[in-house]
Amino acid sequence: MPKYVITAKRKLAPRVNWFRIQAPLIARRAQPGQFVIVRLHEKGERIPLTLFDWNANEGFIELVVQEVGKTTMEMGRYNVGDHVLNITGPLGNPTHIDMYGVVVIVCGGVGSAVCYPVAKALRERGNKVISIIGFRTRELVILEEEFRRISDEVIVTTDDGSYGVKGFTTDALRSLLESGVKPGLVYTAGPVIMMKKVAEITRRHGVLTYASLNPIMVDGTGMCGACRVTVEGRTVFACVDGPDFDAHKVDFDELAKRLAQYTEEERIALEKYLNTVSRGG
Amino acid sequence: MSTGGSRVKKKRVPVPRREPAERIRDFNEVVLGYTLEQAMEEASRCLQCPLNFAPCVKGCPVHVNIPGFLRKLREGDVKGALEIIMETNPLPGITGRVCPQEEQCERNCIMGRIGDRINIGKLERFVADYARKHGIRPEVKIPPSTGKKIAIVGSGPAGLTAAAELRKMGHEVRVFEALHEPGGVLVYGIPEFRLPKEIVRYELEYLSKIGVEILTDVVVGKTLSLRDLLTEYDAVFLGTGAGTPNFLNIPGVNCLNIYSANEFLTRVNLMKAYLFPEYDTPIKKPNRVAVIGGGNTAMDAARSALRLGSREVYVLYRRTKELMTARQEEVENAEEEGVKFMFLVSPVEFVCDDKGRVKAVRLIKMRLGEPGRDGRPRPIPIPGSEFELEVDAVIIAIGQTPNRILFKDIPELKLTEKGTIVVDEKYRTTVKGVFAGGDAIRGESTVVKAMGDGWKAARSIDEYLKTGE
Ligand SMILES: Cc1cc2nc3c(=O)[nH]c(=O)nc-3n(C[C@H](O)[C@H](O)[C@H](O)COP(=O)(O)OP(=O)(O)OC[C@H]3O[C@@H](n4cnc5c(N)ncnc54)[C@H](O)[C@@H]3O)c2cc1C
Ligand SMILES: Cc1cc2nc3c(=O)[nH]c(=O)nc-3n(C[C@H](O)[C@H](O)[C@H](O)COP(=O)(O)OP(=O)(O)OC[C@H]3O[C@@H](n4cnc5c(N)ncnc54)[C@H](O)[C@@H]3O)c2cc1C
Ligand code: SF4
Ligand code: SF4
Ligand code: FES
Ligand SMILES: [Mg+2]
Repeated sequence: MPKYVITAKRKLAPRVNWFRIQAPLIARRAQPGQFVIVRLHEKGERIPLTLFDWNANEGFIELVVQEVGKTTMEMGRYNVGDHVLNITGPLGNPTHIDMYGVVVIVCGGVGSAVCYPVAKALRERGNKVISIIGFRTRELVILEEEFRRISDEVIVTTDDGSYGVKGFTTDALRSLLESGVKPGLVYTAGPVIMMKKVAEITRRHGVLTYASLNPIMVDGTGMCGACRVTVEGRTVFACVDGPDFDAHKVDFDELAKRLAQYTEEERIALEKYLNTVSRGG
Repeated sequence: MSTGGSRVKKKRVPVPRREPAERIRDFNEVVLGYTLEQAMEEASRCLQCPLNFAPCVKGCPVHVNIPGFLRKLREGDVKGALEIIMETNPLPGITGRVCPQEEQCERNCIMGRIGDRINIGKLERFVADYARKHGIRPEVKIPPSTGKKIAIVGSGPAGLTAAAELRKMGHEVRVFEALHEPGGVLVYGIPEFRLPKEIVRYELEYLSKIGVEILTDVVVGKTLSLRDLLTEYDAVFLGTGAGTPNFLNIPGVNCLNIYSANEFLTRVNLMKAYLFPEYDTPIKKPNRVAVIGGGNTAMDAARSALRLGSREVYVLYRRTKELMTARQEEVENAEEEGVKFMFLVSPVEFVCDDKGRVKAVRLIKMRLGEPGRDGRPRPIPIPGSEFELEVDAVIIAIGQTPNRILFKDIPELKLTEKGTIVVDEKYRTTVKGVFAGGDAIRGESTVVKAMGDGWKAARSIDEYLKTGE
C-alpha cells in the first residue's frame, strides 16, 4: 500500500526531472509558495522541495527536482510506478498574493520551479507579470512554455548567450528597472548569490522584494532550527516563519555559509552512492 | 529462592551495566537490566503495602498498582505482572527506562526508612522486556464500539496514552503525527543507548493491536486543519509537545556547527546519522564539543557526541551541580563516560573562523544569587571574568517551548505567556471539544507526567462524549 506513488515523470533538461505524485491530502491544501519534505526510503534523509503544481480533485502534486547530490540523484532514478516513502506538507507560509500592479519574477535555474506557482497566482489575482528566467546555457532552459502561458512578458536569459538574452537575470532586471518599469513587487528564487544581487538592485529602486529562501532543513515543522536565517538582525526559522522574506532584510552571506555546512559529508555520500550505482546496485 | 523470605532484605539487587570504556564506542543500551531470578528477588523485598495506602502508587503519575505487580513478579508470574502494569500504563518498557523514579514512585517507598527503596523502575522495565522477549502479550478486552470518533494530535507519550485509554473505552481513535515515525521525543530525542527504538516500536504495536490507528506525515494545521478534525471527530486531544528549541540571543549563534539539541539529537536518533553514510543524513563529528544546559537533553546530547567520537565534551551549566535538572543516574553515567562539567559559567559569545565555523565559546563566570520566581537561586554574572573555551561544535540545550505550527490555525485557542495551551482541571482548552495535555500544557516535563495527562484527559473526554461538557 505505498501511498506516494509516482504517476508521471518527465525530464525537463539534463538532471532536471518533473514528477507527478499521488498525495491527496497535500494536494487539497497546497498553496503557492509552499513546499513539502520528502524522504525516499528507510535510510533516506528529509529534503525540502517546492510544490510546483497540484490538483485537489485528482489528488496529485507535482515537483521539479534538480539533481545536485545523493538524494536528488537517487530520486532521478525513480520512475512511474515507484513510490517515495514519506511526503509531508504543505509546509511553510503561502506567498502573500495581493494586487501589486506590475510584478517582476526573477528566478534562476530550478528556482523557476519555485517561482512558477507564485507567478501564476499573482497573474490570476490581476497583476501584470513579467517573468525573468535565467539559465547557464540553452539545454538547461526549463519551463519556458509554462511561464509564457502565465506571464504578460517573459525574458529568458542564458549566461553564455546560447539562447534568449545573453547575461544574468540580474542584468535583465536592472535594464527593466532602468527603462522605467515600476513594479509593485519583485519575487525571486534561485541561487543565493542571485537573490542577493536582486535585493541590491531593487533596494536602489525602492521596490518591495520577496525572496524564497532555501536553507538546509530537517523536519520542516519548526522543531530543529537547522533552517534558521537572520532577517533584520533577528533569528527566524525559514520553515515556519518563511520561506518568503523581505529580501532587503535578509543576511544572504550567512545563508550562503550555512548552506555549505555539510559539503564534505555530501561529497562522501555522493561518492558512495555513485559507486554502488556503477556496480549495478 | 527468595520468595516469601521472612527477614527484610535491606539492600537492592544491583543492576548490571556495561563498562564505560566499552559503551562509549557504540549506541547500544548502557543499562542491561535484571534476570528473572534477580527481578524476583528484588520484587520480594517489597513490603506489600495495601493499595489504598501504598505511597509508591501515589508518587506515580499514572498510578501503576505497584504492590500488585510486584506480588505477581515475586511469584514468577510475569504475564500477571504485565497485565497489572498495563491496566494504567501502556508503555512500561519506556517508563521503566526513562522515568525519574527517584522523584516519583521510588521516592515515596516505605522501604526507604529501613534500607534501600525498591527498584520499581528497573522491575517495571524487566517485566516489559521479559514479556517482549517471550512473546507474552496482555489480554485486553475492547468493549463494542461506542461509535464515537476521537482525533489525537501528536504521538508522544501524552497522545499515545490518551489514545490507548480512549480505545479501551470502546471509542474509535486515530492519531496524527507530523514526523515520519510515531513516538515524539521517545524517537527523535532520547537516544538509542537509553531507550532502544525497538522497544518504542514494540510498545506502539500494542496500540495498533488494540485498534488505534496512527497516521504519520500529517501536520495538523497544515496537512489538515483543526477545523477539519472538529467536523469529522467528536473530540480532539492535543499532545503536540514542546519541541521548539530556544537559542541564545548572543553574537555568533548562527555560526556553522552550532546545533540546537533537538537538531543534533534528531539527526542522530530519528535520522540515524551515527550510521552515515549508510544512512543519508549527515552530522558533524567534532573533536571538542560544548553542550550548554543542565537538563536531560544536555546529558543526552553530550553522551551522543562522545559516541560519535568526540574527544572532549564539556557540559557548561550556569548553576551548580546540585541544581542541575537532569536525572541523577544520567549525570553519573555521563561522568563515568568522561563528559567534563563546568559549573557557574554562561556563554556571552560564539567566536567563528573566516569560514563561519565556530571555534570558541566566550564564557563569563557566574555566582548564585537570591532565588528567582521559580524558587531556584538566580545565577549572576561576575564582571570581568570572561574567558574562552576552544571548541569546534556547540550544542545548545537550554530548553524548548511548545510547538506552534498548529496554533496559527486556530486563534481561539488560548495560550499562556510561555506559549503553553491553557486548560482547566479537566484538560479542556478554550475551544469546545478540544483537550490538551503533556508538554504542550506544561512546557518541558517528563514522559510519565505527559502520560498522566493523557490518562486523565481520556477520562474527561469520555465524560464530554457522554454529557457534552
Ligand atoms: C524550501 C525549499 C524548497 C526547495 N525547493 C526545491 C525544488 O523545488 N527543487 C529542487 O530541485 N530543489 C529544491 N530545494 C533544494 C533541495 O532541497 C536540495 O537541492 C536538496 O536537499 C539536495 O539534496 P542532495 O542530497 O541531492 O544533495 P546534497 O549533495 O546533499 O546537497 C547539495 C546542496 O543542497 C543543499 N542541501 C543539502 N541538504 C539539504 C536539505 N536537507 N535542505 C535544504 N537544502 C539542502 C546544500 O546547500 C547542499 O550543499 C529546496 C530547498 C528548500 C529549503
Ligand atoms: C532529549 C530529551 C531527553 C529527555 N529525557 C527524559 C527522561 O529521561 N525522562 C523523562 O521522563 N522525560 C524526558 N524528557 C522529557 C519528555 O520526553 C517529554 O516531557 C515528553 O516526551 C512529552 O510528551 P508529549 O507527548 O507531551 O510530547 P512529545 O513527546 O514532544 O510529542 C509531541 C509529538 O507531537 C507531534 N506534533 C507536534 N505538533 C504537531 C502537529 N501540529 N500535528 C501533528 N503532530 C504534531 C510532534 O512531532 C511530536 O511527535 C526528555 C526530553 C528530551 C527532549
Ligand atoms: S510509570 Fe514511572 S513513576 Fe510510575 S511506577 Fe513506572 S517507573 Fe514509577
Ligand atoms: S511503598 Fe515500597 S514497599 Fe510499599 S508497596 Fe510500594 S514498593 Fe512496596
Ligand atoms: S527545518 Fe527544522 S526548524 Fe525548520
Ligand atoms: Mg543530501
